[in-house]
Amino acid sequence: MGRKLLTEHVNVEGIETFEVYRKHGGYRAVEKALKTMTPDEVVDEVKKSGLRGRGGAGFPTGLKWSFLAKPEGVPRYLVCNADESEPGTFKDRYLMSKLPHLLIEGMIAGSYALGARTSYIYIRGELLYVLRILEKAIAEAYAAGFLGENILGSGYSLDLHVHPGAGAYICGEETALLESLEGKRGNPRNKPPFPAVQGLYARPTVVNNVESIATVVPILNLGGDEYAKIGVGKSTGTKLFSACGHLNKPGIYELELGVPVEEFIYSDEYCGGIWKGRELKAVVAGGSSVPILPKELILKTAAGENRLMTYESLSDGGFVTGTMLGSGGFVAMDETTCIVKNTWNFSRFYHHESCGQCSPCREGTGWMEKVLHRLEHGHGSMHDIDLVVSVAKQIEGNTICPLGEAAAWPVAAAVRHFRDEFEWHVKHPHEATRPGAVYQGAGVLA
Amino acid sequence: MAPTTAPSKLQFSPAGQTEIKRLLTHYPAERSKSVLLPVLHIAQAEFGGWVSPEVQDLVAETLGIRPIEVYEVATFYTMYNLKPVGKHVLEICRTGPCMLRGSDELTANLERITGAKVGETSPDGNFTLKEVECLAACGFAPVVQVREQYYESLDTPEAVDAMLNDLRAQIHRPILPWEMLGEVHSQQQ
Amino acid sequence: MAKITFDGIEVEVPDGTTILNAARKIGGGVVPPAMCYYTPLKGSGGKCRACLVRVAAGSTKDPRPMPKLVASCITPVQDGMVVENTTSQQVLDVRKGIVEMLLINHPLDCPVCDQAGECDLQNFAFEHGVSTTRYEEERRTFEKIDIGPYVQLHMTRCILCYRCVYTADQLTDGRVHGVLGRGDASEIGTYIDKVIDNDFSGNVIDVCPVGALTDKTFRFKQRVWFTKPMNAHRECSHEKCNGHVTLWYKGKDVMRVTARKDEYGEVKEWICNECRFDKKETTDWILEGPAHVDRSSVISQGHYELPVVNPQIIADLPESTIRDLQQNPPLKLGGLNG
Repeated sequence: MGRKLLTEHVNVEGIETFEVYRKHGGYRAVEKALKTMTPDEVVDEVKKSGLRGRGGAGFPTGLKWSFLAKPEGVPRYLVCNADESEPGTFKDRYLMSKLPHLLIEGMIAGSYALGARTSYIYIRGELLYVLRILEKAIAEAYAAGFLGENILGSGYSLDLHVHPGAGAYICGEETALLESLEGKRGNPRNKPPFPAVQGLYARPTVVNNVESIATVVPILNLGGDEYAKIGVGKSTGTKLFSACGHLNKPGIYELELGVPVEEFIYSDEYCGGIWKGRELKAVVAGGSSVPILPKELILKTAAGENRLMTYESLSDGGFVTGTMLGSGGFVAMDETTCIVKNTWNFSRFYHHESCGQCSPCREGTGWMEKVLHRLEHGHGSMHDIDLVVSVAKQIEGNTICPLGEAAAWPVAAAVRHFRDEFEWHVKHPHEATRPGAVYQGAGVLA
Repeated sequence: MAPTTAPSKLQFSPAGQTEIKRLLTHYPAERSKSVLLPVLHIAQAEFGGWVSPEVQDLVAETLGIRPIEVYEVATFYTMYNLKPVGKHVLEICRTGPCMLRGSDELTANLERITGAKVGETSPDGNFTLKEVECLAACGFAPVVQVREQYYESLDTPEAVDAMLNDLRAQIHRPILPWEMLGEVHSQQQ
Repeated sequence: MAKITFDGIEVEVPDGTTILNAARKIGGGVVPPAMCYYTPLKGSGGKCRACLVRVAAGSTKDPRPMPKLVASCITPVQDGMVVENTTSQQVLDVRKGIVEMLLINHPLDCPVCDQAGECDLQNFAFEHGVSTTRYEEERRTFEKIDIGPYVQLHMTRCILCYRCVYTADQLTDGRVHGVLGRGDASEIGTYIDKVIDNDFSGNVIDVCPVGALTDKTFRFKQRVWFTKPMNAHRECSHEKCNGHVTLWYKGKDVMRVTARKDEYGEVKEWICNECRFDKKETTDWILEGPAHVDRSSVISQGHYELPVVNPQIIADLPESTIRDLQQNPPLKLGGLNG
């Protein structure tokens, strides 16, 4: 059993209230920071911890903080990205609804480190009930003197607000999120300028994922160096994984980075194996955007080593034989899963969520969905398989924001690893569309 | 100010106006447009679960922005309903992880039980079916969201029945967003 | 100042200049195409991705190449930057892909489109695209809408460059149209039937790169390549309009009035609706001489290149105009296709 730094007290009754959270060591990190540390010292601890952004990109959080421009007399902002929408990912919703004060504590410490006097939590609109939980917790924190004027007599003041989105995956992209927070359409901005220079209201801004901000709390409590000792190599600390799909025990698991993938899937401590006694067929390991891998490549790298739940191990082999840790959205698919259908489903998602601003994504995501729909429904040709890969390639790298890649990667990877299944759909359109029929290799029907 | 629209005949309720005033304090005074998304949520809750052009004009007038700035936003975000809806809008997740655990069957069942196809409202006016993308509840699939409630693990007929009965039993008016907030207000002030 | 190398050519430009504008300073065939960027419109650019280029070296300080192609219209130069446009096969291939994306839902109704002959998309496709299509699906279509008395919106042709939205935002005080919807269902519109009614609304026609916004006083009257452009001006009473326009003649008749545009198709000075829609008699104007169309496009094929007014075209030119022209001859013009 690994250490739990975020979710240690998650099952304590009433932990969502200030009183109980405080009783279990809550707000110690804020006290330590505001009473004994300078803002730069807080940034240094986060740097030392090796914390990498938990939203999906894995960029070092401390480094991101150190890029923030700090012109005299200009307000700056910390914005929490709680727009969790990446298919397969549901850890932030859990964290916020169970441990709202952990996020608030992280926001106070982070805002202090960055010199922000007003901070926002941008939460996806579907989670209005979580917004209520956060607002209630924020009110408690104000009442207890941890928010508002002159917190703990330190001279530091902070206002914290929650802001709802209204149904748009793209607002998880940080500049689209800022546009949305300004009351506009969620169109990602052209970069440069980056948010660290011109973010919210054209002021210097840092946007961090919920889990990244919450993790600042154990980092300050332990010290950055101690935190960095947990995990493997550059994958330090613990991370929340949200496991879903055909698992016996789907749910949210906090792991010390470095647990073998095989153990995570099959151990009773974690996901408890594949449901209904079936075989594992494939895994999307880090949210729908990352390349899908067949069983043999998700359990072991191409070199035959055990694949671990770390940034490095999951990306071992690049996109040829590897994938990415991404947001930690772990989707397992059993042997009855139709990869073509799943790929079409994901491409429909990206088509639906494209903001429509730049031409390769606006036009290309819809095109991919249509071709995949054709393939899935038995009207495709061999040529269509190459076509959809070609369209994916035309989108990838050529768009304003990373949604282009997010849409292209899963399609390219599915054809890369499961081309025979796509071909089978073309060659056997009637079998492919028969309910329950699934390709299992060498033309065998389930 | 909203130059191209005549003053709206619609009005937010006193409680709605108070809530809008509270939300406005969250943003710099010259950036009041920031409150647009939350205010559209309030408007949708107050005016029958959807935002008609007239309601959108009211929002523009309230915030002192042009109507087109509201239309652009209301048509971008999928939570805003642009057509009349039933008493409960069932937002059924259709994305991969939910599909793997039976969202297709769930949708078919809900269509059969309610008599409404996706995009339609049931003849009794109680349920509008709407397919949506990932609701961040993949581990508890399949999932339906109805306003502020998540109904999870709807993979048995019993679970579906329980959800529908629960909804039928609920008061026949929408819960307004701030009704759960009374105590928050008093603590913050 | 920053010195950059663009397609092997060195050019020095002020700090903060975009790569595209540095290339325009060089001019000629190395200039990347631009379908959404529009210099007079603040905030435009970055969307169509037609102008993507490869940055082979970021700057003298940091000579690493940029990992992805960048939109040259919005990326500022750095001293020592090395940029590849026509010299990069990758850029040319990607551009082919962009043409394809912009065309898959375009109706390709050039034979009945008023913009044909001066259409940026037509030129872009002709110069950078391929002659076949791989798209088998149904194309996206919209109903035509009249937005006000002068302008028709044919959304089916739109490439969502946002130029008309920026124009309304920056030229008028009451924008009523915008981008509605999302993704490939986005459309330019007013949402509920509204009339775009302000003195500068006609400028959206000039900035539209395709035939999505057309001049209702000119629709279907004439193919543009059969018309002869003539620069002219008048004393305009509108305080924001100085009445400098291009008149497009067919025989003696002024078929349409537009703002004057530079070699990249960008409006030099905005004009008011009165000049554009209500002044279609030669007697309304003081003629300056033929307008030169610099762009290599169908429109520049049929043009006279004489630096004098052709009396056959405008038989009854006012005496005063003839005198003006003799005293101030128009600029000497270059050869065909500039």
